[in-house]
Amino acid sequence: MAGNIRLEVVTPEKSVVDEEAQIVVAPGALGEFGVLIGHTPFLTTLKMGTLRYKDASGRERVVFVNGGFAEALPDKVTVLAESAERRGDIDIERARSALERAQRRLAQKKEDIDFARARAALERALNRLKVLEANK
Amino acid sequence: MATLKDVKTKINAVKKTKQITKAMNMVAASRLRGAQGRMEAFRPYARKFADVLGSLSEKSGEEASPLLVPRDEVKKVHVILCTSDRGLCGGFNSNLTQKANSFTSEQKEKGVEISFTNFGKKGRDWSRKKGMTIAEEYLGVVGGKFEFNVASNAGLKLIRSFLNEEYDEVYIIYSEFQGMARQIPQVEQLLPIPPIESEEATPEDQNQPYLAEHIAEPSAEELLGEMLPRNVYVQIYSALLETSTSEHAARMTAMDNATKACDDMIESLTMIYNKARQAAITGELMDIVGGAEALRG
Repeated sequence: MAGNIRLEVVTPEKSVVDEEAQIVVAPGALGEFGVLIGHTPFLTTLKMGTLRYKDASGRERVVFVNGGFAEALPDKVTVLAESAERRGDIDIERARSALERAQRRLAQKKEDIDFARARAALERALNRLKVLEANK
Repeated sequence: MATLKDVKTKINAVKKTKQITKAMNMVAASRLRGAQGRMEAFRPYARKFADVLGSLSEKSGEEASPLLVPRDEVKKVHVILCTSDRGLCGGFNSNLTQKANSFTSEQKEKGVEISFTNFGKKGRDWSRKKGMTIAEEYLGVVGGKFEFNVASNAGLKLIRSFLNEEYDEVYIIYSEFQGMARQIPQVEQLLPIPPIESEEATPEDQNQPYLAEHIAEPSAEELLGEMLPRNVYVQIYSALLETSTSEHAARMTAMDNATKACDDMIESLTMIYNKARQAAITGELMDIVGGAEALRG
């Protein structure tokens, strides 16, 4: 393949990634998809999960993305996520304790807790940990 | 005539006040920089979001989402009022509550029921005093280091209530940051989402017919359905950022004025102090001279 594609991952709080990539693989709502340079213009929502890409030097990078959507253009991929973290920025301890807390809360089955929220927290924690474990 | 000691105490008190106002001014200045940085960081996201949303909504109509449909009869209006938690920032909060006041009376004349979500203690206190219905209150958000999920959680609740027809219209009142000395209270409609005007194409986009031949997955309508609630969160987040930035700017200006007023006071008090001291010395001299004259007599 000739050339790299520009990858931008932005959240409301900051720009997480802004660099050249050889290939980008993102968790689309209807399944994972890969983007190389020259991709047809494409717009999709994202699931929470792992976004992988190879940077200009061919090293594989992993980013946790939470929701949002992605737009692919022939020379550029833009990901708008509600939150996103590079693997190196994920706080393992925090993710683990969030996981435990969410599991405990779901296990209690009390009526006064917000199940949807606890489940979302559980999913976030699990996905963060998954990013950490991705092809070490 | 105040005694020397009284004036001295007063001068010291004003000096202390000046120290405090000066410190608050500097704290507000550094917070302001932080808040402006966050607004700056939000801009790329907001811009891209508006781009995509604008072009998507062009392709689909009102029926794409219930969030777009205006209600035939508006009976219940909900207002999100953003103010600061703390005072000492000049007319900042009273400007906002005045806006809220005129807005509520306008709505009440139309005979609608009105309720509030309050961001910030000052606005909450105001709503309480006025006997308004407060659905939700968030303290410790405005002016601090809040995250996007504060906005999305609040937004989600509002959307649910809107869809359950607990509210027919939702507005947000916040302070727009236009510069150090200009913070303008604004009212904006959040729900139903007003027709989105697609922004004029930026030069960057002009060479590519934007989104015209995008493949959308799932369909454009479904994408729009996903994006519209987020649009509400984005608006709330941006209003909170604007209000926070405005708060710090207002406090900085207010504290700057207060420091200057302290300087003026110290100056005039020192003048009084020196006059009083001079008068006392003159008085003593007169006494001594008088005494000496009497002895010689």
